[in-house]
Parts: sequence; structure tokens; C-alpha cells
Amino acid sequence: MVNLRMANESQNRIDAALSGTDARLPDVLPTKGHVIGAAQDPRDVTKHAPKIRIDKASLWYGTKQALFDVDLTIHERSVTALIGPSGCGKSTLLRCINRMNDLIDSVRIEGKLTLDGEDLYHRDVEVEILRRRVGMVFQKSNPFPKSIFENVAYGLRIQGVKNRALLDEIVETSLRRAALWDEAKDRLHESALGLSGGQQQRLCIARALATSPEVLLMDEPASALDPISTAKIEDLIHDLRERYTIVIVTHSMHQAARVSDRTAFFLNGILVEEGKTDQIFTNPQRKETEDYVTGRFG
Amino acid sequence: MVTTASPTLQASSGGRGRPGETWVFVTAGSLLTLIALLVGVILLLTLNGLSVFWPHPIARVTQNDGSVLIGQAWRGEAISQDSSDTDAVRMRTLYRIGNRRELGSEFQWVDDDAVKSIEHPPEIVFIERLEWGPALGTIRGVKRAGVPLADLAPDDFDAFDDLVDEARAERIGALAPRVDEAKLITTLELADGRTVDIPLAAIERIVPANAYGPVDRVLSWCASFGRFISENPRESNTEGGILPAILGTFLMVLLMSLAVVPLGVIGALYLNEYAKQGPLVRFVRLAVSNLAGVPSIVFGMFGLAFFVYTIGAHVDATLFSDKLPTPTFGTGGLLWASLTLALLTVPVVIVSTEEGLRAVPRAQREGSLALGSTRWQTIRTIVLPAAMPGILTGTILAIARGAGEVAPLMLTGVVKLAASPLIDATPPFLHLDAKFMHLGFHIYDVGFQSPNVEASRPIVYATALVLLVFIVILNLAAIVWRNRVRRKLQGSTF
Repeated sequence: MVNLRMANESQNRIDAALSGTDARLPDVLPTKGHVIGAAQDPRDVTKHAPKIRIDKASLWYGTKQALFDVDLTIHERSVTALIGPSGCGKSTLLRCINRMNDLIDSVRIEGKLTLDGEDLYHRDVEVEILRRRVGMVFQKSNPFPKSIFENVAYGLRIQGVKNRALLDEIVETSLRRAALWDEAKDRLHESALGLSGGQQQRLCIARALATSPEVLLMDEPASALDPISTAKIEDLIHDLRERYTIVIVTHSMHQAARVSDRTAFFLNGILVEEGKTDQIFTNPQRKETEDYVTGRFG
Repeated sequence: MVTTASPTLQASSGGRGRPGETWVFVTAGSLLTLIALLVGVILLLTLNGLSVFWPHPIARVTQNDGSVLIGQAWRGEAISQDSSDTDAVRMRTLYRIGNRRELGSEFQWVDDDAVKSIEHPPEIVFIERLEWGPALGTIRGVKRAGVPLADLAPDDFDAFDDLVDEARAERIGALAPRVDEAKLITTLELADGRTVDIPLAAIERIVPANAYGPVDRVLSWCASFGRFISENPRESNTEGGILPAILGTFLMVLLMSLAVVPLGVIGALYLNEYAKQGPLVRFVRLAVSNLAGVPSIVFGMFGLAFFVYTIGAHVDATLFSDKLPTPTFGTGGLLWASLTLALLTVPVVIVSTEEGLRAVPRAQREGSLALGSTRWQTIRTIVLPAAMPGILTGTILAIARGAGEVAPLMLTGVVKLAASPLIDATPPFLHLDAKFMHLGFHIYDVGFQSPNVEASRPIVYATALVLLVFIVILNLAAIVWRNRVRRKLQGSTF
């Protein structure tokens, strides 16, 4: 009994310390002229051309329905955050966009998803080409047990690129875009598994960028990282939004507020509300959204 | 000491500990028994196997009746007694007296009670011959073309060795010349005073065991052991070396691995990566596991019926029709034996490879697929390298199982004495159709099918030891390789 209580107390202290760090972050890490942690004024991206249209998308795992008639438009060069409690279908929706759900035998999808007007689930779509255009970064960094260079070059190598100069160039560009070049340039040919967790996640972003995707899907990219690494990733998203269409799933409402232009709130497989990020957080139209973003949920 | 009735923390059941604790001793005891058995087997094989090559002292035994024999003490045993009125157990000793051609028998029992004296005179030698087993006696001079060499002392063993080397040129192939044709002849005096002429060319080695110092003994041991693993067998496998059996085992295991690893890995890939998981796949998996329990002789029969009589006969009919009716592949041989063993061991490879494949993190596959790679590219570049430890584990287990298997080989191509080497200078250099020798079968053959069981018993131990060491070396090599692969895959996982 005594021991259990002590463990609880120390856990509380850790939690407190962590949230404290989060709040103090802006003082510690002011970079690139903007302050991390403060909401960066979300841009109005509705003027941008629509990149991805999701039209009445429903999804079943076997007999269990996970998505219900989701309608969502994602605009070019924008950051869209998908938020909601665990199991609400936001990751499932994300994985519909690059058809990663194809890997699960029991999945059935209805509705229409288009990328630049092309039906993603058309019979003639080559899923490999789709995935080159729609890159993905996973919740847990998953570098291959290869060198840093080979990790970034992987997407090009499987496309058959052999030109060494081109590989060198793209690896450098990708690592620079992922803000990892300075840390990795002297150890390109060492194992990627020797990098820290945050570096590994940025390496995975660089790896995804190397195939020049148009869309970048991020499935809780910072959930396994410490606040400093998280800050770097968010910084990176801020830079990448000028060039890529980004869809990010996150559990952290602060993160959604900091990085995204638009936010979509999911609950039990239903898209409850979608709108400009500051509007979702400051003036939600739906009761459920308000409960969730104010932390009153559950 | 005052005891109180108040509850204590000590056991109350008469100090025998808690009732469940006895099981600890039972489990520890079983483990100890297992370890003892294992150590016993290894010790038995090592001691018996290695002592074969030791130059044992040669005794001159004078018995009470005046008869004399020269021999190496081989083993002793108690004589069974009809009347139980004497308490003393009488012992007798078996001597290896050699000279099978001259004395009729290579071994002789001597009652310990009947022994008057035992000496170990240094001039007595043990002569290893090409034929007729060893000769034991005293060298009484050497004749060159009928003329005795005068300047040769009876204990000048270096000079004898030089002469033996010189005489080797007289051999025709592996055969020694007859006594009346040989140029160099030595005269050996036996225990009973008779003298025998032996062509020096018929002598493999002269071992003056009694004259050896400790260093000489060790050197002699090394030389004997070296010859054992580097020479062909002689005298229906009771003498000479086991090189063809070592080579045969090695090549067979190599070919088996080359066949079983791709077969098993590709099978496991389909089962784990492509096949839709369902009742059928579960059934196939169960069938594969059960295949590992099929008695190996059944695999031997299948190999004989399918590989030898069906495929082999067709190969002969199409490719080697000019040689028929003499079969080329239509009879047991290295290739068919290896393929039979590959079938026998494929379940092990499939099961371990599947384990290896399942251990590859899903995140790694998804990471690769999300970059636009096809399923096969992902398997080739990510999954297979990561599953390498599992595949190698399967290979290790397959080798361990296959190298020791004998029964199926007896039906598919193993022989007592291979007529031709498996590898030689004539194309195609590696003769897949050739019959071959195998360490495991060699043990069975020498131990139970030998015309001279007593003399070949130590060779059985020595061969068993070599087989054991051989399998250990193969396994160690594979384990070292696997660990290197593992180290390459591992990094810091934060």
C-alpha cells in the first residue's frame, strides 16, 4: 500500500514537471523569429485550391463501422489538424488518404476520396505512385536499420534512382528541409538507429520528403517526443506548410492550435466540426467540440 | 530457550520447510541429472575417442607356464566364478597382441593369476601395417636387396623411420610389394622367438611406445590424430582415417542447406506475407509442424521412391541414356540424399523463418510501403534482412538435425566405402551422383558391421567425437554469423 502511494505521488510530480516544461518552453527556445507555444495566427487557406476532397467516406473494420459519412476538403499548402479522443477515427481517415488501410484484409471503404480530382480508390490507381505523392510520418519513428543516408535515399532507390550525384543532392535537400542536416552531415553513413528519438522522427520526415510528395500525412508525429524535440517538429511543420499540404493527427490541442490553419474535430467516427483553427478553439459551434477543446470532455 | 505460544514467522511443521518447497529440489535434481548425463556423454566420447591415438605401453608378459606374449593391455574384466567359496575376484586382461597373420588372432585373454612377470622393454615396437593389422615385436635388422644393413642399432628408431619413408616409393598405388619382391625388408622377432619378414613398404609407421618420453608421446598422439582425420580408411574401415566420411558429411550438409534454406524461406514468406490468414493457412501450418515429427526412415523411403526411382530414372533416360542400364542418377547418391534431408529439415526452417518474419515490426513494413515501395520491394529490402536472425536460427537447427541423421541416408546413397571421391579433377569436379561416406553411418558400420569389432571399437568413439565436434563447429559458425547479423540490425532503441 505504502509503495503504491509513493509511486502515485512521484508520477504526479513527473506529470506536473512535464506540463510545467511545456508551459515554460517559449522562454527556453525562441527560434526563427517566432515564439513556439504561442498560437501562430492561422492563415485563411480557403483561397488555396482544394487538394484532397473526402466525400461521404465511410469505413468498416469487418462489421464494425469506424467512419461515418465524413466530408472534408483539404486545401493546398495548408496544415489541417485532425483532433479527437482515442478511437475516434482520425488516424483511420488519415490512412485512407494514402491507402495504408489496404494492408488490413477486413477493411471496406465507401464514399469518394480524390487527390487533385483523381479518385484514390479507382481500379487503375497504382497505389505505389499514390504513396509517392502522399508521404506519411508515423506516430513512432520507424527508421530502417540502415545508415542515415540510406534511410533518406530509400524512397528513391526503390524507384530505381542510381545516380549518385542526384541521390547526394536529394538527401542533402531533404535533410536540410527536415532541419537535420547540421546534426547529421558528419555521420551520414552511420546507423540511423544511433540518432536520438527526436532526430529519428525528423529523419523519418526527411525520408518522406525525399520522394517529393505533394501531401504529407503526420500521425501524431510528436507524441513520443520530449518537449524540445516536439518544438523542433512543430517548427518544421511551420516551414513545410509553404510547400506541402500537411494533414496532422494530434492528441495535443496546444499542438493543433500552434501548427494548423484548419482543425477538424472527430468523435466516434463522425466529423463533428471543421473550421479555421482559431475559430474551433475560441468559438466552436458545437457543444461537443467546446467540451473537448476546453478539456471538459469525459 | 524459551518458546512461547505467540505466532512466529517460522515454519511450524517440524522444521521441514514449507510443504511446496520440496519441488524446488525435484526440479533442480532433474536438471542436475540432465547436466550429469550430458557431461558424461561428452567425457566418455572425449576420453575414449582421444585415447585411441595415445601410444600405449607395450608389455612383454611371461606366464607361469613359461609362455610369453607381447601386447598392449586393452581392457580387463572379472572372471565369472562357478563356485562361490572363494571371496577373491579373479581378473583377466585382454591384450592386443597383433600379428594377426602369424598368430591367427589379434587379441588374447590372460588370467591375471597366471602372470609371472610383466616388463616394458624399450626395444619392443608397435608396427602399423597396410594389411593384417598391427605387428608387435622386436626389430632384428633390415635387409636392403638381401644384404643386412650392418650399421643399424636395434633402437635407432629415427633411422627406421627414414627407411620406412624411403620404402614408401616401392608401393604400387596403395599396395605394398610382396616379401619376395620388396627391396627393403625388416625382420621382426615375435614373442615366441619366431621371426617374420615384413617389407618396409608395407609399414605405415613404427611406434616404439616404450622408448617414448612424454614429449614423444604427445607428438605421436598428434601424428596419429592428424592421420585419422586426413587419410582414407583401410582394412574395411577398421584402420586408417575417416577423411572421406568427413568430406561426405560436410558436402551433404552443405548441399542440404543450399536446398533447404531457399525452399523454407520462400515457403514461409508465402505463408506469412502473402497468404490470406484463415483456416487453410492454419491447417498448412499445422501440417508443416507435424511433418517435423515424421520418422526419418519414412523420409528415406520417400527419397528412394521419389528422387531415386522416379526423378533419377527420368534424368537417366533423358540425359544419360548412353550409360544405361548402368544408372547414373537412378541410384542413390549425394544429391538425392541431400534433397531427402532437405525435405526432412524444411519444417524447422519454415517455422523459424515465420518466427523471424513475425518479429519484424509492423512499423518497418508500413514505413517502407508508405514510401511507395511494392510488397516485394519491402520484403526484399526491409523484411528479409530483419528476419535474417530467424532464418539463420532455422538453418542452424536444420544443420544440427541433418548432420546427425543416418537412417534416410542408408536408403538414398550412403555407403560403407566410397569407390570414388566426391571431389576430384575430372569434370564436373563435384560428383553429385556419387555414393558417399558419412560420419554417422561410419559409426554404425564400424561399430556393428565390422569384421574386427574389438579392434575397431576405439575408432567408433573417435568417429563419434569427430561427428560431435563437426556439428558443434558448424553450429558455432552459424551462430557467430547470426550474432553478427543481429548486431548489425540492433542499434539504440531509445
